[in-house]
Formats: sequence, C-alpha cells, structure tokens
Amino acid sequence: MNAGAIELDDVSKFYGDVLGVNRVHLSIPTGVTSLVGPNGSGKTTLMNLITGLIRPTRGQVRVLGLSPAKHPDILRKIGYCTQFDAFPKGLTGYQFVYWFLRLHGFPRAEANALTRQALERTGMREAADRHVASYSKGMRQRVKLAQAIAHNPSVLVLDEPLNGLDPMARAETIALFREWAGEGRFVLVSSHILHEVDRISDQVILLSHGYVVAEGQIQGVRSEVKDHPIQVLVRCDQPGLLASRLFEQDHVVEARIHEDGKGLLIRTRDADRLYLLLNRVVLELGLEVESVAPADEDVNSVYQYLIGAEGGTA
Amino acid sequence: MNTSDLWLRQAAAILRLEIKKSFLARRGWWIYLLALGPVGICGLHSLVSARSTRMHHTLNEDYHVYAGIFQFFYLRLGIFFGCVGIFSNLFRGEVLEKTLHYYFLAPVRREVLALSKYLAGLAAAIFFFAGSVALAWLLIGAHFGPGWREFLLGNGLAQLGWYTLTAVLACLGYGAVFLVMGLVSRNPMLPAALVMVWEGINAFLPSFLQRFSVIFYLKSLSPVEVPVTGGLAILAVASDPAPAWLAISGLLAVSGLVLYVAARQARTMEISYSE
Repeated sequence: MNAGAIELDDVSKFYGDVLGVNRVHLSIPTGVTSLVGPNGSGKTTLMNLITGLIRPTRGQVRVLGLSPAKHPDILRKIGYCTQFDAFPKGLTGYQFVYWFLRLHGFPRAEANALTRQALERTGMREAADRHVASYSKGMRQRVKLAQAIAHNPSVLVLDEPLNGLDPMARAETIALFREWAGEGRFVLVSSHILHEVDRISDQVILLSHGYVVAEGQIQGVRSEVKDHPIQVLVRCDQPGLLASRLFEQDHVVEARIHEDGKGLLIRTRDADRLYLLLNRVVLELGLEVESVAPADEDVNSVYQYLIGAEGGTA
Repeated sequence: MNTSDLWLRQAAAILRLEIKKSFLARRGWWIYLLALGPVGICGLHSLVSARSTRMHHTLNEDYHVYAGIFQFFYLRLGIFFGCVGIFSNLFRGEVLEKTLHYYFLAPVRREVLALSKYLAGLAAAIFFFAGSVALAWLLIGAHFGPGWREFLLGNGLAQLGWYTLTAVLACLGYGAVFLVMGLVSRNPMLPAALVMVWEGINAFLPSFLQRFSVIFYLKSLSPVEVPVTGGLAILAVASDPAPAWLAISGLLAVSGLVLYVAARQARTMEISYSE
C-alpha cells in the first residue's frame, strides 16, 4: 500500500444487519476530494472509518500507512470536523479548541498559540470567550473547523463543513480548503451542496447505498458512465425544428425544448456523433445557433445520472 | 517528550475536563442527595439530642446505630448506587450526549482515557461518600460534648479512619465495576441490578466465590460489628472475615482486574450514537 495516501482496501462496515459501506476500494490522493451521495449513502461511515471512530467489519483502512483504529498516534496527522453538533458541556469556543490541543499533549503556551491561530483562521476570534452553547449553527460549525485544523494536520476530514455557514463564510472556508490542498494536504469533504462540490473538488467519490458507484475527476467520472447518455444544450432560434431532425438518430435518447423555449436539451449516447450531426443540420436548416454546451459536465448531473432522484442506482 | 510524560499530560487534561463534569452535573442531584441524606439525619439527631433535657441513649448506642447505617445504607445502597450514577455515566453519558468523539479524535490511548475518567469519577465519589461517611460519623455523637471528645481522641479516631478507608475502598471497587458496566451495556441499570443481587447473596456463596465481590472485603474492614441477629446478621457480619491486609489487597486486586477489563473494552469501543 502507498504510505502517502488514504487507502481503503475491500472495506465493509455493517451495523448489525444494516449496511454502512460495502466492498470499498479507494485510494485518495492529496488535494480536495469530495464525497457525494444522498443521506444514508455511507459518507459519514467512510469518514468515521478513516478517522478510526469505527472499525471496519472487513478489509483495511490505512491513513499515511497506518491503521487509525489501531494506531491512535496517527490522529496527530488527522483533523476531523464531524457532523455531530454536540460539545462537551460548559466550554467556551476557546476552551473547546484549547483542551483538544491539551489532549494531544501540547504544552500550555503552544496550545494557547495554536488555539488563537485556528480561531483567527476560522473567523471565531471575537466570539472565542463565549460558551459554545450560545453559538449559532454557523459559529458552531466554524469552531469545529477550528478544532479540526488547530494541530496543523496533513489529513483533513470534513463532514458537511459548509452547513450553516453564511455566503461570506462559505467562500472563505472554500478558499481555506483550496489553500490546504495547495499545500499538498489531503482534504476530504462530504457535501450535498453540489455546485459547491464542483467548485472545490479535484476529484469526487460518488456513493449510493453504501457502495462507491464512481470515483475520479469530474470529467473522468462522467466518462465512466459509458452507457449513460450525456446531455447537451443547444441555444437556437428554432429548437422545435432541430428536435424533429434529431429524433431520427438512433444515438439520441431524448430531445426536449428547454423551459425558456429558447433551446433544446438533447440526451445522446454518442456526443461526438451528435456534434458532427449538429454542424450538418444547422447548416441545412439555416438555424441561428447561440451556443452549444454540455449541460451535465458537473457533479450534479453525474450524481443525478448515477443515483437518480429516489437515491437508487441508475 | 517521552511517552510517560505525554500520558501524564493527557491524563491531566482529561481529569480537568472530567472533574468539572463529575462535581457539577445537573443530573447528579440524586447522588448528592444520597450522600447528604445520612449527614442530615445524623446532624438532626445530634441537634435534637443536644436540646433535650434528658439523654435517652448512650454514645456507644449511637455508634452501633452508625455501624448499621454504614453497613446497610452506605455500603449496600448509598455508595453502591452513587457509584452506579457516577461511573457508569463516564462513557455512557458521553454516548448519550454525543460528545465522546471529542476524546476519541485526540491521539490519547484509550487505556489512558479510561483510567483518567475513572480517577475523575473516583475523586467525586470519594469527596461525596467518604466525606459523607466521615461527616455523619462526627455528627452522630457530637451532642455528647466532652464524652464524645474523649472518645474521639481515644478509639474514635481509629474508628473514623477505618470507616473512611472502607468508604474509599468501596468507591474504588464499585467504581471499577460500574465503569465496565457503562462500557459494555447500553442500559447500566440491568447489570447494576445483577451486581446488586450478586453482592446480596455473597454471604450464602461458597467462600471461594465470595472473594469475587466487593462487599466481602468491605464487611471484613468494618470497625464496629452491627448488633443484629438472624438474616440481617448474615448480611452485615463477615462469617469468615479476611485480615485487614488481605481485605485491602484483595479489593485492590479485584479493582485492578476489573479496570484492566475496562481498558480493554475502551480500546475496542466505537462511536455509534444512533443506538
């Protein structure tokens, strides 16, 4: 196994009879990796396995070459912003981060300095001396983020880290992710806000019902779905006329007028043939074409394709 | 930093976090009441007796009554259930509050975590129950004035020392037992009931099996024999008392063994808040 990566080798986790994740093989490189999937797809289970909060029923999890469940020392290099919205009672935001660093074994002065740094980076300096119980959802999220980054880990695992953040904080947090990834760290993010996943990810892992259904770069994931049609949006003056010609083609699965009436959404099994055909038809019919663009080269579309509206695998 | 320094530093951090929780837990009100109850009763007895014009009892009688309170209330109810409340919640309480991951995400050996939590629980249990035992003992005879002071400076101080030591050992033993219960069981009250039955029937078990209990050693350490007969005597009086050194070392050994099991259990524990 690669000692410099996050590796999951044939990992399954069952909670009694309930499946968490099944037969997961993953090698997660540095950069931002997004875990995408509906509720109950296994995102949090996978993150809990990587951080050693749970143990695999079968298979092996290794982070930087070590099993987190067997070697607690590896937690010095892992920061985990969990989805659990609960905090030890009676602590201020400052104490929450500070005592976590003390649990790491940092001496008082260093723990104080690191706490201040982490709170500064997450914009929590001013509210640091207030009790966590009085924080808003967004502040709780940011103080958890501060706790996750305070010890300067090389692996950051972030479960729905943008939840509850206002647009400004979201932008700042995303910038932080990119900064960490740029420093050669592993940043693993789960999210269901797909347009943000699109903006921040170097690669995506798509989960459904405990199975990894696709992984890789967004373009790569898309091309993995060979049998699945891709969608192209053609903006033109006579979408109806264009549709009537395209229906004749065997690789065109669907052609429908866009909601605004000024374009045609085409689903095809062969994008190359479609683009060649479009050139010919446009010339023949004398259509005025404003744009031709893939309508689904983002995570959202791939996600819809693979998982479907009800969460079932396509 | 060497490993032992790191463990000490981590243990100190855990103790700091846990002691605050153990001493100031809002849901621990009934534990504080259990500890304060006998103090209140003994204090009231002393106050009423001091105001009475005629004394209807002797100092010796008071301390026999106290021996009964110690055997039947403190050991079998107060400290027992107090330890159920304090120790079984050290891990279980955090699972219910969904905060255990705070510790599990730090690079702390689970054995260090379990032992530190146990020590924090022990500090609270000793403060409340050994404190209560000593305070109640001091109060029950205080109204005898000079006679009580004379008794205190004679045998009394040793008696107080033994009661307090026995209470400390009870916290130590039951604490270890209920720490494990909180780790292995979703509802610690069920195993607590089983332990209570086991401790209750201890006197009727073969002498070999009697040694696998906490009450066996505690009964042997009680400085004053309770003046009861029949079934109650079987519960309160050790038929085959162990010498003090054996009782203390036996209890420490049982506690150590149980703590080892707790540490092993903590090591394999997973975060699963949805149970």
